Amino acid sequence: MDAGFFRAWVAEIAAVVETQRDHLTQLDSAIGDADHGINLARGFGAVQAALAQASTPTPGSVLMLTGSTLISKVGGASGPLYGTAFRQAGKALGDVPEVDLAALAGALEAALSGVQKLGAAREGDKTMVDALAPAASVLSKAVAEGASLADALAALAEAADAGAQATIPMQALKGRASYLGPRSVGHEDPGAVSTALIMHALRDVAVRQAR
Amino acid sequence: MKKLINSAETVVTDALAGVAAAHPSLAVDIENKVITRSGGPTVGKVGLVSGGGSGHEPLHGGFVGYGMLDAACPGEVFTSPVPDQMLAATKAVNGGAGVLHVVKNYTGDVLNFQMAAELAEDEGIEVVPVVVNDDVAVQDSLYTAGRRGTGATVFVEKIAGAHAERAAPLSDVAAVAREVNERSRSFGVALTSCTVPAAGKPTFELGDREIELGIGIHGEPGRTRAPLVTAREITSAAMDAIGADMPLTGDLLVMVNGMGGTPLIELYIVYNEVHRYLAGQGARVTRNLVGNYITSLEMQGFSVTVCSLTETLTDLWDAAVDTPALRWGR
Repeated sequence: MDAGFFRAWVAEIAAVVETQRDHLTQLDSAIGDADHGINLARGFGAVQAALAQASTPTPGSVLMLTGSTLISKVGGASGPLYGTAFRQAGKALGDVPEVDLAALAGALEAALSGVQKLGAAREGDKTMVDALAPAASVLSKAVAEGASLADALAALAEAADAGAQATIPMQALKGRASYLGPRSVGHEDPGAVSTALIMHALRDVAVRQAR
Repeated sequence: MKKLINSAETVVTDALAGVAAAHPSLAVDIENKVITRSGGPTVGKVGLVSGGGSGHEPLHGGFVGYGMLDAACPGEVFTSPVPDQMLAATKAVNGGAGVLHVVKNYTGDVLNFQMAAELAEDEGIEVVPVVVNDDVAVQDSLYTAGRRGTGATVFVEKIAGAHAERAAPLSDVAAVAREVNERSRSFGVALTSCTVPAAGKPTFELGDREIELGIGIHGEPGRTRAPLVTAREITSAAMDAIGADMPLTGDLLVMVNGMGGTPLIELYIVYNEVHRYLAGQGARVTRNLVGNYITSLEMQGFSVTVCSLTETLTDLWDAAVDTPALRWGR
């Protein structure tokens, strides 16, 4: 996977968050402050503009620029958290022109650890971590088992989906939904859902490029 | 929901342009969304920077001026500003004595201010953050993101701003800011939800005879929904919640704050009830504010903030202030 692959991934994310903008915002209305889709669409729009202008010759540089643009443009909690995730992933990929699945798995683990360090959320707190952690762990496992790129990324997307759905019965312990206490139960966490969308975008781009 | 806007995308910048036109005492960088006092930093004075999502006006921009803030960074509606804005504000107000960041306790505000403080320190500016968390509606703060910052933010900005104006060093300004926060408690009640311009519909639905108790300032649902009762009963519930968490004795500073869509006549009805309630407890309201100071767009409702005063805090509260939204003594 080269810089072009990662730029295609980010473009796919931008398209998906635009399509899912109202859905994400609606999820956020139930247990937050009704801006998640709006903010992510605005943020990834800015990322697209930044990538169009800058030279990003390596996978790492694509993700670093994505992260720093999200930090600069989004605000809220999702800006620093997603920004840190992409920056840490980019840093982990280094400055090589192409990366393999093992490097991608390492990057996802780095993203997870960056998010957890900044937001102090653990699995089960009803946050983006509930989708990101199982996705990262499934990808590492797939790499260890020697899975193909297509199988590994399919498993990644499924794990992220299952993780997002698993947030429905949870009571939020972090972020703005935590103020609702028990009333946060019964709603899917918008951050976990957007994380699952990002993982889906990764799989979809890989499938498309394999054709 | 009808709104007086040109477009949902330009709500914040159009409003900032209006602030700039209305208040020549302020320097407004519309593109980077930073409001500072005209005339640059005061050499040797601690700079006070605050910021947060827009939609809470006059907070924070309306509190920039003599005796209060040096700069404010408005984010998108209900969305915390970004580190770049906070860094620009911090650099703009640094008079060599360091900068205090007044941060409301919301995950986004805390994370972005943390990043901004690190960037500012990399540039050699000493920054001390003070996190405001006065909302008693968040009870089990061990199992949540912690108490929210609401009405006490106005008190912190006024009192710490006055202290900074008297050339107190950064550590003292931060200490007084923390003291005000620790001595203050708030509780909010909503009669209606509010509509984020870009979302276009109300954040939550309340029935005609329902109210939401323990709301924050972002149209987020509160802790419990209850039937609409009299102003006396609603105020009493709010004061009970505050009184369960702080002693309501001695000299108090009380703010009855409108959430944006409540007429002043109703706020005065609430203030009267607060006054009666506190008199019944043997406390004295020695200073007060009644009006819209930290709003939630067009939400109907109010919040009460109580601060237990000391002589020093009273003196700092009385000190001259000259901002668009708070002005006396000068």
